[in-house]
Amino acid sequence: MNGEPMRLDQTEIQHWIAQGSRILDLGCGDGTLLQYLRDTKNASGYGLEIGAEQINACIDKGLNVIEQNLDDGLGNFADHSFDTVIMAQAIQTMHYPHRVLDEMLRVGKECIVTFPNFGHWKARWHLTVRGRMPVSDLLPYEWFDTPNIHFCTFRDFEVLCREKGITVLHRQVVNEQSPNFLKDLSPNLFGETAIYHLCLGDRAGR
Amino acid sequence: MPETLPDDSVGLVTPQTQAFTEPLTLACGTTLDRHELVYETYGTLNADRSNAVLICHALSGNHHAAGYHSMEDRKPGWWDNYIGPGKAIDTDKFFVVCPNNLGGCSGSTGPASTNPATGKPWGPDFPMLRVRDWVESQARLADVLGIQCWAAVVGGSLGGMQVMRWALEYPNRLRHAVVIASAMKLSAQNIAFNETARQAIMSDPNFHDGRYLELDTLPKSGLAVARMIGHITYLSDYAMGKKFGRELRSGSFLRGQHDPVEFQVESYLRYQGDSFANNFDANSYILITRALDYFDLAREYDDDPVKAFKHATCKFFVVSFSSDWRFSPQRSREIVDALLGAQQPVTYAAIDSPYGHDAFLLPSERYREAFTRYMAGIAREAQAPLKIQATEAQA
Repeated sequence: MNGEPMRLDQTEIQHWIAQGSRILDLGCGDGTLLQYLRDTKNASGYGLEIGAEQINACIDKGLNVIEQNLDDGLGNFADHSFDTVIMAQAIQTMHYPHRVLDEMLRVGKECIVTFPNFGHWKARWHLTVRGRMPVSDLLPYEWFDTPNIHFCTFRDFEVLCREKGITVLHRQVVNEQSPNFLKDLSPNLFGETAIYHLCLGDRAGR
Repeated sequence: MPETLPDDSVGLVTPQTQAFTEPLTLACGTTLDRHELVYETYGTLNADRSNAVLICHALSGNHHAAGYHSMEDRKPGWWDNYIGPGKAIDTDKFFVVCPNNLGGCSGSTGPASTNPATGKPWGPDFPMLRVRDWVESQARLADVLGIQCWAAVVGGSLGGMQVMRWALEYPNRLRHAVVIASAMKLSAQNIAFNETARQAIMSDPNFHDGRYLELDTLPKSGLAVARMIGHITYLSDYAMGKKFGRELRSGSFLRGQHDPVEFQVESYLRYQGDSFANNFDANSYILITRALDYFDLAREYDDDPVKAFKHATCKFFVVSFSSDWRFSPQRSREIVDALLGAQQPVTYAAIDSPYGHDAFLLPSERYREAFTRYMAGIAREAQAPLKIQATEAQA
């Protein structure tokens, strides 16, 4: 069964996944990424999801999907029991993103986080010029009814990583819509989506 | 009674009986020299025998899981909502087998059967059973039917316990384990309910230490109370409130009236209890509730469920229902967590349902969707049924 086309951040993630990896995908959605990693990287593991439709889509793909609310933590997973823990476009929906990050780095040897950049010029323009919270094709929700409750910019995220002693193994910025040359010039202003490949500090340079 | 059978029914079905003459040594050490299992099948076994699904029934269930025995039947089999053409367990794709468990009272050898040593009913002398005994006897039935490996073993509640035991005892004989509203072991509260039910039976003056059949009587009132207790625990507060509220069946609270008042829920429970007591054997009830109480999946694996599940080689599908307080979602989570710890393939759906433990039997959109999709994946793995292969060969 064919999945949906992958988002750009999902396409990029695969480059950091080794063959035969054990993967935990937090907020795995319809399982497009997991299916891809299973089929192309022989990856095994689980997706966690709470949406009934998404869980059904994962079942259709024959993926291992667990109905689990990420805000309840990952206490049911052992330390370093996965090669890579992935959270694509979901950290901004968490009640305690910093704790989720800690948990991801406990459970996984490495982790990959992708999130929308709240420092993107369109978001800044909304706030600065219009004085309104940004609603755009990238962030299509009104402030009062949005799953996105903890926005950050690339710079914010990197400050958090520094404070926690997290090493950024790779960072990739992808744009679905805006031109690419601008994002290379100033990622925090022109980058739409960030992809961070992380591990705990003492495991860098393995 | 259906005037015509629904299109998605397996239709009229006839139970079959299989006699086993090879002695069966039970977990308690006793050997049954011979025993019989009554069972039903629906659908067609395919050429390479890869589409067989075993249904394990729960406490009060039996082999009649789907369809009708006659056009006069008031209700279809106990899991007709989920077994039939186009249903979750699709009989157009699967060959479904559902036996009545050993120790039951619907035709398989049990306490109401004749003890060959005495010529009298076994009664209380029927050997103690464990879940593993059921699994072993089901495996022997599979041998007879020529099924080396089940596409799936499926069960809810006590049936789910049998499914998990299957996965550990015969890892090479099932590809999928579907465990619905179940638990790796009962809680103290659960055992307490079972013991209260047993005491209700045993304190019936007609129980006669379990030898009621020899005396040509039945402990019906005790068994009815036992069933009423059980029934309450299978429903949720919400479900009972919605169905009955405080509606009166008779009498009133008007001043000046002193007709006895009866709530609808009282009448309903008594009806449920009485009809159960007419159809179920009290010794079977005691025997099966004890097997439930004794079950502990990880007991012989150092009480470590992760260690236990490392012996499994099948994929698991676990389902729970939010308002189920007899086999709560927490019990299912424990199963899932143990499977995750053992790095086994598992999918878990926590269904939001107001209908308590009974939800596993009742229609529910989300449950049906998830269950149907999971089973459809299993069907894709198994080979197409015989008739379709034949058609393709012609084309």
